Amino acid sequence: MRFQLTDDQVALRDGVRGLLARRFDGAALRDAVEAPGLDRGLWRELGAAGFFSLRVPEADGGVGLGLPEAVLVFEEAGRVLLPGPLVATHLAAGVVEGAADGEVVVAGVDSGGLVEWLDAADVVRGDASGAVPLTSVDPLTPLHRVPGAGARAVDPVAVLLTAAEQLGTATRACELAVQHARTREQFGQPIGAFQAVKHLCAGMLVRAETARAAVYAAAVTADPVDIAAARLLADEAAERGARDCLQVHGGMGFTWECEVQLLLKRAWVRARRGGGGAESEESLAADLLA
Amino acid sequence: MDLAYTPEEEEFRARLREWLAKALPTLPPKPSPQDWPGRRAYDLGWQRMLYDAGYAHVHWDASPTTRLIFLEETETAGAPYVGAGFVGLLHAGPTVAAEGTAEQRERWLPPILRGEEVWCQGFSEPDAGSDLAALRTRARRDGDDYVVTGSKIWTSHAEVADWCELLVRTDPAAPKHRGITWLAMPMSAPGVEVRPLRTLAGSTEFAEVFLDEVRVPVANRVGEENDGWRVTMVTLSFERGTAFVGEVVACRRVLRSVAAEARDNGWWDDPSVRRRLGRLNAEFRALWRLTQWNVSEAEASGGVPGVGGSVFKLRYSHARQELYDVAAEVLGVESLDLERGWVLERLSSLSYTIAAGTSQIQRNIVAERVLGLPKGR
Repeated sequence: MRFQLTDDQVALRDGVRGLLARRFDGAALRDAVEAPGLDRGLWRELGAAGFFSLRVPEADGGVGLGLPEAVLVFEEAGRVLLPGPLVATHLAAGVVEGAADGEVVVAGVDSGGLVEWLDAADVVRGDASGAVPLTSVDPLTPLHRVPGAGARAVDPVAVLLTAAEQLGTATRACELAVQHARTREQFGQPIGAFQAVKHLCAGMLVRAETARAAVYAAAVTADPVDIAAARLLADEAAERGARDCLQVHGGMGFTWECEVQLLLKRAWVRARRGGGGAESEESLAADLLA
Repeated sequence: MDLAYTPEEEEFRARLREWLAKALPTLPPKPSPQDWPGRRAYDLGWQRMLYDAGYAHVHWDASPTTRLIFLEETETAGAPYVGAGFVGLLHAGPTVAAEGTAEQRERWLPPILRGEEVWCQGFSEPDAGSDLAALRTRARRDGDDYVVTGSKIWTSHAEVADWCELLVRTDPAAPKHRGITWLAMPMSAPGVEVRPLRTLAGSTEFAEVFLDEVRVPVANRVGEENDGWRVTMVTLSFERGTAFVGEVVACRRVLRSVAAEARDNGWWDDPSVRRRLGRLNAEFRALWRLTQWNVSEAEASGGVPGVGGSVFKLRYSHARQELYDVAAEVLGVESLDLERGWVLERLSSLSYTIAAGTSQIQRNIVAERVLGLPKGR
């Protein structure tokens, strides 16, 4: 058993991390908040890098990799809060012409009736007629709601890739909290020397690392029950992680300028995908009697 | 990333499974928890069976993955765990193996492996719990002996142990970590008094051990004088990667039984109970994957356990308590009846966030050693 990243997987992760650091750093994230909208140039670059065609077979012009690799890539996207309908476009690669290379932006109506980036998309999968715009809580994710939708089956791959994004956000939240706790001084010492702060940070790491094991394992097995478990753990790690990160940042965490608010808001949006986690809880419960 | 086992690992699993199917029916009936001599005989008898079948070394020199398979299969088959062999097999034995002289290894290791001698652990003291290095049990040199006086607490299996791996203070003037020595003390030595300690679960799993001028030969010292802290730390993290493998397997089985109970008594129709059970399923599945992750990591790093152990223990100890809390909800009024299954287990689960490093100490470890946060006062 070798349940660890292979050298190729580490190289892929590092490559994506490098690309995103160059093309979507902290300054770009703040700029995006001030001038929302989908960056088509970036989208094409992602396409050229194989972000969308990652799992399309090589014979069909794709990269020919599998779910574990896709999970690593989406984790990196989640870490930097990369905006756009990433999951919908990735799932459309090989199905919708132009999605694989990033020329065409694809949005999707999810099983909970939520649509992200509807107005920016070239193609919408699912029936979005009657979609009502929401004033999105996340400044980087425009949202619509389709009344009456919600009966469609959930695509487990979409759930897993969302969990991977949540994992990236949870990891980022932990890193930001630790950075702040090391440098911010009160009462003559870094606040990270206080156990009350230390324990918040430790809790964030424990949740993130437990979620990581669940998400990576689900990517290997592709089993729907494993994916449901990964989703619950990753949602928890991201939502609670972002909250605790905000708490560690104190008053600064409550400001618009602070990046932490964006982590929490995105984690909230992702946690509502597919109608929320209740269905995952139910399938995990049913599995106990199987 | 791969969750598949190698052909060799699968072969090990198949042979073990086959042997367990034949061996387990020959086990004598399980003794009652109060019957200490009976428990000793039962646990040692099982170890002897493992020895005869070639599995005695599995805790020591098998690869982490092989150990994982061994613990998974034995628990699944309903085989006993190490029981009274715990300290010998998982703490004292590995310490002697790593730090003892050839003579010491020859004297102490074979009887542990053959299931002939029981060890207990004399580490904690009434005033040295989380702060173990503050221990005060004093050993002074007198010729070829150390003369030991003090007291130890939380000593499991002390009533039936032949040996105690004992931490004593040999240099009170040195900084606290540098004046400690590791001794193997015969429990039959004059001056050793064992008093059982009753836990909140009503059982006497632990004892206090009082030491009054107990003479321990210098030849029983493992490592150098005053080097006992390092000697102990070499193996304290020894079993971290696989320490709870059997327990996670067992918890997943209990969770299924709790769900079945809920289905039978109607609680299943309550969505809040059902979803709580679903969440616990996610939790224990994730803990199993985390175990596999940590074991693979230990395998890749040549058997050295990483810090994953603290992360795992923090999450697992909480999950175990939540499991028995949910079981109590499903049991309703019956959860107040000590005769009912899961009620004693619920009480026992309370020790998990305390024993072997409280959750608070574990969080300090994670924050300081993994996240690099500064030590504070």
